[in-house]
Amino acid sequence: MARLTFSRTRFRPGRGLVLAAAAVYFLVPLAASVVFSVDSGDHVTFGAYSQIVGTEGFTDSLLLSLELAVTTIVLVLLLMVPAMVALRLGAPKLRSVVAVVCSLPLVVPPIAFVAGISTVLKWGPEYLSRTPLFQTIVAIQNENYPFVLVLAYVVMALPFVYQALDAGLRAVDVRTLVEAARSCGASWPQALVRAVLPNLRGALLNASFLTLALVLGEFTVSHLLGYQPFAVWIVDISGAQAQMSVAVSVLSLLVTWVLLLALAAVGGRRTPSRTAP
Amino acid sequence: MTTALPRVDVAPVASAKRRRRAPGWLAVVPLLAFTAITFGLPALAMLNGAFTVKDQATGATSYSGENLSSSLQGAYLTALLGSVKLSAVSAAIATLFGLLLAQAVVTSRFRFLREAVLTASGVLANFGGVPLAFAFVATLGNSGVLTGRLGLKDAGFDLYSFWGLTLVYLYFLVPLMVLTITPALEGLRAQWREAAQNNGATHGQYWRHVALPVLTPSLLGGFVLLFGSAFAAYATAAAMVGSTVPLVTLQIADALSGNVLVGQENVALALSLDMVVVAGLVMAVYLPLQRRSSRWLA
Repeated sequence: MARLTFSRTRFRPGRGLVLAAAAVYFLVPLAASVVFSVDSGDHVTFGAYSQIVGTEGFTDSLLLSLELAVTTIVLVLLLMVPAMVALRLGAPKLRSVVAVVCSLPLVVPPIAFVAGISTVLKWGPEYLSRTPLFQTIVAIQNENYPFVLVLAYVVMALPFVYQALDAGLRAVDVRTLVEAARSCGASWPQALVRAVLPNLRGALLNASFLTLALVLGEFTVSHLLGYQPFAVWIVDISGAQAQMSVAVSVLSLLVTWVLLLALAAVGGRRTPSRTAP
Repeated sequence: MTTALPRVDVAPVASAKRRRRAPGWLAVVPLLAFTAITFGLPALAMLNGAFTVKDQATGATSYSGENLSSSLQGAYLTALLGSVKLSAVSAAIATLFGLLLAQAVVTSRFRFLREAVLTASGVLANFGGVPLAFAFVATLGNSGVLTGRLGLKDAGFDLYSFWGLTLVYLYFLVPLMVLTITPALEGLRAQWREAAQNNGATHGQYWRHVALPVLTPSLLGGFVLLFGSAFAAYATAAAMVGSTVPLVTLQIADALSGNVLVGQENVALALSLDMVVVAGLVMAVYLPLQRRSSRWLA
């Protein structure tokens, strides 16, 4: 026992050093960003922050990002929730198929995915110009509301949503809930909406927050397809207004953190874990 | 008597299951159809394009491995190797530092410190992309807050370089490692340490012969995960360095937007295919390792 306590005390200076180094490394860039965004030579100014709202493109790009996020969340949940619940009730063979399908996007990095998407979109004018499919391809590339981004984001969100829902469903006895609801005379949709979903509230919130964070910060796909949601806008203004781009980064960080911390609070003691690149 | 009872129960459940099979299939079909179109189609297009060569003069197309072989030559090969090197180096440093940090936190007596570091890791692991790049540009960039005050430029430090980018990548890789390795460290039983000490093992011997062998699958799995994460990253590098550091993601972006030469789109697809192969290898290594570590630390 004496030995045990001895070895613990001996280890402590190393631990303090590691924690101090981590604190410096993780806090200094944040503090420096704030200093950078309010520093104008000899005095402190909050101009970079107060001018954000009036800057051209801010409202449009932020609204676009929020719209895309809401649509993505709705679509991914509409696709995933009925499928995941149904898999809990039966069809064990399909279960592994869905597990593989939902983790496939991890193998294709976003930049490779967008390379494939832009190739498919080019088929429109090249091969399909006489078919009704062409109209669809044009429609999803609408400048004001590029639905093609929603399609891409849903695919990119699949692995996270799958994990969140899978963890939530594991804690619930779906079969009993559904059977109870059914024998009380509920229809299938009623059983799903009024018996199963309320028990999945945590998992649904978890999935929604992760998707929201993903869409708000997404840069690769939207930039290469030529749209300007929030993250692309920050980069576009950085050349002319470096101070403001840092200020917006600080703000968007804070917003994302508040969201994720809220998620951690809602999800009880569990921290949001990202298990995939 | 007791065996007869369950049988009576089982029969109606089985028939009810049969009735339910139709909705089970129906609910999964939209998901599979959706992914087949939105994911399968681009993936096939990439595969097809990577092997298609278009004759600039006649416009005729034919299948060949030309794109793939040119994606493994010259500037493209440099970029691919640059990406692999950057990912490997930053993942290795992050694995080491993440292990130290997680160990410091797990053995800490202060519960709030533990919770705070784990929550912060969950947040920071998701903090990649554009804001991260600008935070570091503001700190250590050419006109950064610390660059001038510490005279880093005269000391030869350059953020827009290989090591600068490594420093930035660590910002989301270390938290990711902390999240990955913490369950494994918590799975190390106190009895193992005590048993080793009762047998006269020193601190170092305990780590070398007991803890590290048990942790190895988790550490390797974490390293591979970090490698994949760094390898796929584009936004941070694009917002920060432009193209001063050769990276495969930057090359693909350049070729896609026609910045380099006309007709390089298919080489971009071949490069994408190279990336998918590397990412696929990463997952092929990661999944068995993860299964192995979860067996030990159950």
